[in-house]
Amino acid sequence: MSADLGDIARRAVDAATGAGASDAEAWVERSTERQIRVYRSAVESLTDATSAGVGVRAFLDGRVGYAFGTDTSEDGLRAVAEAAHAAAAVADPDEYAGLPDDSGSTPVDGLFSAELSQWSTERKVALAVAIEEAARAQEGVTQVEDTVYSDGEGAVAMANSRGFADTYEATSAWAYCSAFAGEGGDRMTGLGVGIGRDPSVIDPAAVGEEAGRRAAQLIGARQPDSRRCPVVLDQFVAASFIGFIGGMLSADAVQRGRSLFADRLGDEIATPLLRVADDGTDPGGFATSPFDGEGVARRRTPLIEEGRLATYLYDSRTARRGNAQTTANAERGSYRTPPSVGTSNLVLEPGDAGFAELVSRCGDGLYVTDVAGLHSGVNPVSGTFSVGATGRLISGGELAGPVREITIASDLVSMLQGVQAVGSETRWVPFGGSVKAAPLLLSEMSVSGS
Amino acid sequence: MTLLDPDLAARAIERALSRGGDLGEVYAEDRTAFGVALDDGRVERPQSGSGRGVSVRVVAGEATYFGHVDGIAEDDLLRVADSVAQAVSGGQPRTIALEAAKAVQGHAIAQPPEGVDAATKADVLRRCNERARSAGDAVAQVSASYAENHQRIEVYNSDGVAAADDRTRVRLGVQVVARRNGTVETGHETRGGHAGFELIADDPEQVAAEAARKALTMLDAVDAPTGRMPIVVGSGFGGVLLHEAVGHGLEADAIQKEASIYAGRLGDKLAGDGVTAYDDGRRPNDWGSDGIDDEGTPTQQTTILENGELTSYLYDLIRARKDGTTSTGNGRRESFRHLPVPRMTNTFFAPGEASQEELIAGVERGLYAVSFGGGQVEPATGDFVFGVSEGYLIEDGNVTSPVRGATLIGNGIEALAAIDGIASDLSIATGYCGKAGQSVPAGVGQPHVRLRALTVGGTAS
Repeated sequence: MSADLGDIARRAVDAATGAGASDAEAWVERSTERQIRVYRSAVESLTDATSAGVGVRAFLDGRVGYAFGTDTSEDGLRAVAEAAHAAAAVADPDEYAGLPDDSGSTPVDGLFSAELSQWSTERKVALAVAIEEAARAQEGVTQVEDTVYSDGEGAVAMANSRGFADTYEATSAWAYCSAFAGEGGDRMTGLGVGIGRDPSVIDPAAVGEEAGRRAAQLIGARQPDSRRCPVVLDQFVAASFIGFIGGMLSADAVQRGRSLFADRLGDEIATPLLRVADDGTDPGGFATSPFDGEGVARRRTPLIEEGRLATYLYDSRTARRGNAQTTANAERGSYRTPPSVGTSNLVLEPGDAGFAELVSRCGDGLYVTDVAGLHSGVNPVSGTFSVGATGRLISGGELAGPVREITIASDLVSMLQGVQAVGSETRWVPFGGSVKAAPLLLSEMSVSGS
Repeated sequence: MTLLDPDLAARAIERALSRGGDLGEVYAEDRTAFGVALDDGRVERPQSGSGRGVSVRVVAGEATYFGHVDGIAEDDLLRVADSVAQAVSGGQPRTIALEAAKAVQGHAIAQPPEGVDAATKADVLRRCNERARSAGDAVAQVSASYAENHQRIEVYNSDGVAAADDRTRVRLGVQVVARRNGTVETGHETRGGHAGFELIADDPEQVAAEAARKALTMLDAVDAPTGRMPIVVGSGFGGVLLHEAVGHGLEADAIQKEASIYAGRLGDKLAGDGVTAYDDGRRPNDWGSDGIDDEGTPTQQTTILENGELTSYLYDLIRARKDGTTSTGNGRRESFRHLPVPRMTNTFFAPGEASQEELIAGVERGLYAVSFGGGQVEPATGDFVFGVSEGYLIEDGNVTSPVRGATLIGNGIEALAAIDGIASDLSIATGYCGKAGQSVPAGVGQPHVRLRALTVGGTAS
């Protein structure tokens, strides 16, 4: 299959240069994804999806254009190539645009699991039902709203007019469960998540229990009085913030003046406890691949080292503009989008404090298990934010009563400089990007309730 | 030009239902798109896309089986139909006969955007850039984007539905960053519709001027207050509050799963006498309008609140069948790759009698929330939080200082009950609504609306 895709990619590149492009690049993908949603122990929906298409980037004297299509016949490829060339003619010239100077691949093991194809649909349905039942069995759970199991396998091929050509295949599997605890308007939600390269690594009991436990611990949540207090973020919430901060380290955002981290390279932007890396080679992360979205070998890039801002995230264009090296962070959503600078997998390096120790050190404060409105609530340029939050109070170093309808307000740099401890327990969190996160203890923040 | 031969559609549905099922459906789509952006004074990221695909859905009892494939090749379609059928069990096959898909009366497109030169679209962005930059010395950055989308769909199902729709949407967006003495603010404005290029060609610079005005105004903002106070919510995009805090809770999937605080509340008086609201997918050329929904049901006007009383939920075919009612034309999907789910079209409060000035004059100390940066709601509890992107203090009945960093925190049921005034100045803005991993264009709107009290999470200590 990959050999076919590689051939399509090379033919698409030839069609684009044949249409007049000075340089060209093609990304071809074919993938199949299945999703099973269960409700009350029965299948609610079952989806089988095949996706295949090609995207072409054409360069024309410093101008760049993009086009995509689903028709990979000779005529179809020519139409896409010509559309990319025509689009390029509309753009203004960009002195930094061009194919990467150094293309290549990093060998990455563990992206593809042959085990996935061994699982029948019935077995996957049983796994999803087991997750739902585990959630329902948790004390306090009144309803399991949504339980989903999904997996897929995909192949990608890339080629460019400078001779780069490579392919890779990957599999993925994930499960998600959302449970309710409590009744009526006092009902609270909890999420459970499991991910891996095939279903054998997803423990249904763990995913269901997590959803149920996270919901049940919030039963009876009230709006607390406003206060200033230290805050513990759980792994999901830490992942959301780290993911948001990672996005602001994009050299594109920095060069366009849209990041509060502009002109901060080498500065102590966080306490020395904080270490964050972008790692496109860790097989545990779903964004891992041998090459990035423009054919540059993936790597691990420390972003924040002992509190210092070590580098931004670059693709080849922003690297040229910033006199830097690409960090292989040209990302693609699918063949339908051109590459743009983004995070691959973000990894928050764990500290040595267990969760109980974080809560104990917090003393009197707030444990946050969910935030709402992060992306709308943060000003990316100033970094000030005010987000809705749900969680539990911390009293005398112990978890106490659940709280809701609160907002926490601060700014991102103050928050990073307020990191008092990083937890020792890490996990991959697949939403808001792909982040390996640990809990965080933060110094005082403004918490508003009633 | 049709996408799918009705006889092939009938054969595919027969094969999908070969092992039983209550409903079999084939959905075919052809889509072309073009977009271009401007940043730092330079036109960039021009891109065009084209794609076709087809999906097959079988509903059997409480279960839905679904498959899709890129392209509309006969072999692929029948393979997907067989694959979907394999998941079904215990039913009888049946014979299906279908007529050719008929298009309903669409929305008038005066100037199809595909017929407009790409250079003209790039020029619109350059004009917006110039207008925004001329708005004041503090304007530091301008970015603008133009996007057009032409989607043709055909839907066939085993109940005899054979419907087609032809949809063209255009959208222009401008974002301005203003900077003065270390303070940085952004302003954002969009214009879009189920319409042709004529919507963009008519004074596009006005969009840029409005984005610049917002950014420049917010430079003078003071920290937002904290606490409970009266709120006047702006017209147009202010309607996102209704969309998020009420509308999603009325979608029948949330209701049937009892995942909504509005479950079991039909007929209840949730707001005062003057409070009426609609979901209306027919409004000519509005952003969330279509001829039919993505299951072939004609779009309609649905009254969701009438004089404060909750009057209807929003249904697709499957949820309507379950409740023994008919679809309200809200079975929408992002593309052939997605299952239809109950979704809003254009959702808005009906205009009242008051003026914007009267609503504000009645507030001693409060917040005028003109526009939101976005928001989220927890459907199970109705709790919501919205970031106010443009807001002002109201003091002694007058709009005074702009404020930054305000969030509105509350609950949908409480907010409805707190409405104590509605103005007459209805307008609809363009949003993208995300649900179940799908994003669809949704019109959000309202006239100016006043709430007696809501919690403001501010930054002022």
